[in-house]
Amino acid sequence: MLNSIKKEHEWQIREFLFTLRLLSKNPSAVAGFVIIATMVFIAVTAPYIAPYDPIKISLRERLSAPSIVHIFGTDEMGRDILSRVMHGARISLRIGVLVIAIAGGLGAVIGAVAGYLGKQADNIIMRVMDVILSFPPLVLAMALAAALGPNLNNAILAVAFVMIPKFARMVRGEALAVKEKQFIAAARASGAGSMWIILHHIIPNCFSSVIILSTLLLGETILIAASLSFIGLGAQPPTPEWGAMISVGRKFLMDQWWYPTFPGLFILVTVIGFNILGDALRDILDPRIRR
Amino acid sequence: MPTPVIEIRDIFKYFPIPRGFLGRKVEYLKAVDGVSFTVHMGETLGLVGESGCGKSTVGYLILRLLRPDKGQILFQDTDITTLTGEALRRVRRNMQVVFQDPQSSLDPRMLIKKTVGSPLEVNRLAKGADVVTRVKDMLKEVGLREDHVYRYPHEFSGGQRQRIGIARALITRPEFIVFDEPTSALDVSVQAQILNLVEDLQRRHGYAYLFISHDLSVIKHVSHRIAVMYLGKIVETAPKDKLFQKPLHPYTKALMEALPQPDPEKRHTLAVLQGDVPSPVNVPQGCRFHPRCPEILDSCNRVEPALVEVGEGHWVACHRCSTP
Amino acid sequence: MAETLLDIKELSVRFFTYQGVVRALEKVDLTISKGEILGLVGETGCGKSVLARSILRLIADPPGKIWNGEIFFKGEDLLTTSNRRLRHVRGNEISMIFQEPMSSLNPVFRVGNQMQEVVMLHQRVESAEAREICIDMLNQVKMPDPEGVLTKYPHELSGGMRQRVMIAMELSCRPDLLIADEPTTALDVTVQAQVLTILEELTRQRGVSVLFISHDLGVIAQLCDRVAVMYAGRIVEVAPVRNLFSGPRHPYTQGLLKAIPRVDDERDTLSVIAGVVPGLIRPPEGCRFHPRCDAVMNACDRVVPRRVEVGLGHQVACHLYNDSSEKCDADTRH
Repeated sequence: MLNSIKKEHEWQIREFLFTLRLLSKNPSAVAGFVIIATMVFIAVTAPYIAPYDPIKISLRERLSAPSIVHIFGTDEMGRDILSRVMHGARISLRIGVLVIAIAGGLGAVIGAVAGYLGKQADNIIMRVMDVILSFPPLVLAMALAAALGPNLNNAILAVAFVMIPKFARMVRGEALAVKEKQFIAAARASGAGSMWIILHHIIPNCFSSVIILSTLLLGETILIAASLSFIGLGAQPPTPEWGAMISVGRKFLMDQWWYPTFPGLFILVTVIGFNILGDALRDILDPRIRR
Repeated sequence: MPTPVIEIRDIFKYFPIPRGFLGRKVEYLKAVDGVSFTVHMGETLGLVGESGCGKSTVGYLILRLLRPDKGQILFQDTDITTLTGEALRRVRRNMQVVFQDPQSSLDPRMLIKKTVGSPLEVNRLAKGADVVTRVKDMLKEVGLREDHVYRYPHEFSGGQRQRIGIARALITRPEFIVFDEPTSALDVSVQAQILNLVEDLQRRHGYAYLFISHDLSVIKHVSHRIAVMYLGKIVETAPKDKLFQKPLHPYTKALMEALPQPDPEKRHTLAVLQGDVPSPVNVPQGCRFHPRCPEILDSCNRVEPALVEVGEGHWVACHRCSTP
Repeated sequence: MAETLLDIKELSVRFFTYQGVVRALEKVDLTISKGEILGLVGETGCGKSVLARSILRLIADPPGKIWNGEIFFKGEDLLTTSNRRLRHVRGNEISMIFQEPMSSLNPVFRVGNQMQEVVMLHQRVESAEAREICIDMLNQVKMPDPEGVLTKYPHELSGGMRQRVMIAMELSCRPDLLIADEPTTALDVTVQAQVLTILEELTRQRGVSVLFISHDLGVIAQLCDRVAVMYAGRIVEVAPVRNLFSGPRHPYTQGLLKAIPRVDDERDTLSVIAGVVPGLIRPPEGCRFHPRCDAVMNACDRVVPRRVEVGLGHQVACHLYNDSSEKCDADTRH
């Protein structure tokens, strides 16, 4: 049984390894990958390797500068900033992955349906997508988060909603191209219905574009989520989310530079990492360059 | 005469093309302009013609991948012209298709097992392990190996991919198969293998084939009867031997003349026809072949000739040929 | 005996890809005489297009590399000449037409512009004179309404007309050699007939040699004086056209001719060549056809057969005709 699974996926595994190999030859891809890998590592191991409890208050040590004891310094409640930033990675990445999973999944299906069915369905769906896209993403996310209530889960839903049209648009374009291929006509001729064709033929063929778009949008997602927390619509205190930390730490920028700086730096580096990796992936997965 | 497997009566398909400012004015691409024929069990009807003649469109219409604007399509005496949904699906498992392009006729992301097995799954004819067994049997029948089920299309050559396409078409044991230029993209030696396979399968199982091609020599090899199309209409149809011994329509004759034969002793002037293959948007008045015809009569540019029987099973649409 | 125009000696071309080294051409020898039409026939992947492009050094590097060999054209080795000289040769002395004329013509410029540009560039004439030359050439390729054609864009012309424009353009500079890479494969058969007729007339009239590449043996039989058959990167047989078709010697050529469906015969099944064309990353040892050959012998999987003369102008690379000592040794070894 395991053998047949292995045989089935042998090619996919080989393609995956080939992709990794190509990535390893691209310096910016390697850089991006290292950054992301580090962030993921931090996020996963934060509860074990963070030096302090991120929400433990210690007023004696409040607003102390970076030192051997507190490498990133402490905030106004005496909480260790390094530990908070590390836990913040957990939150941000979790937000990123959830948002992309929701937006990507829904967006891909919406786009595939619109592209394949064409005509009226396509028109209606894409006009709705256009309406959503016509709002600046942050503004729309703000409005939604405010309407739903300011907490982290609602922020996730709000940002996911904003991201859906981007996926839908892209997948629709790919669906239009795939629709014309002869294997689609062959599937129709053997009696397959539209939904079957969309799920089994169209969406698998858009897979690599969805991956690339996901990587590129992950950065933007984290940024929007941090911005929402910054204005108080996302993570609530004492959650150590990067944007929330900057929001509070703003006041202290002049005298206690370390407070907002380190969370800010982490946002910067993470977003850059995803963008670089996404760019490199886009080039590598382009079928013309691959062969 | 037993009931034909497929009968089409006077089918038309026009594609509207918006032209002019804001697409107000509409021109029509007359892809299929009144075509009728029958195909019986165990026989191959060859449909031959150049680009734009509508032969592929006829195939798509029969398979109901397109809806005819007018006319009837009968499968085993049942009118399937306007069927939809479950009724259409039940007919579809009896009519299959093999396409031309081995590159795009198989989903590159789908295992062979799923590609060949999907007609069974979609029609709920088999499930699970049963599907795999039938796929493996089918692959063997078309000359591939069992373990190919776990591979992807790109691991196969063009000829092998066509075999996979054939396996997919035959797995539901249909009665009628449309072959749309199945060997045009293949090398000569591979083409020979595929043609032999296709003929062998017909001998063993009695399939009815509609074989569409632009290559006269391939058509001659596989067909029992041949229909020649030009600009959306059939201009001549006859049993194979009759057609080649005594082609009547000037277009058929020109097609045969233009075919370069692999025999240097038989060099001849190839180009009998002047001008280009015209567009099905601007169909000439009267006989649509008249602007290029080397044997025209007075009436040819005014009256469209009807398809008349001039010999046993030999029909021609030509004023000169049908006047005794 | 006509004068040799092009002499390709031991040409080897390799492509360096991620999956390995593709030995696309292996020690190819070929000559073309003045005024002759040489057909180069073979199936997909045999290397005929690579050979054509190598002549004008059009192989993309990377991943391709002309590994070895010489190409003598009018006495000079094209593989080692300066870029400047090569640019002069291309278009002026050796012209090339391809299968899909849409990719040779720029879709955003009118046909007239493109033709005139070519003429002005190569013949150093002014615009008005160039236009006259273009109209004259279009007449020669029997194009109806040449002035009208000049004002059209490529997509407004049919495939056959575009190919005729290409022929006109390429012959306008009076080259000595025209390389035609599957020029009629994408055309309908009646249009193909017109294009072939024009091609033959014009090249005979002007004494232009033609290297005509095709996989269609019918076209080759109709048009060519001599034929070279390629298989998996090597030339396996060369002969005058009548000799090749009436008496093919190489098992591959024989198999190929038997596999073609013909209008003039009554066979039921087509005879096939067992197996498939080999990949060129790890091609078969010795004679590359041996795994599929009916007449395979002992030496075939170890020794590459040399080309030997078996008739007037008829050469074959096959151990059946090769009574070299290597073969005898190999035979007695088992």
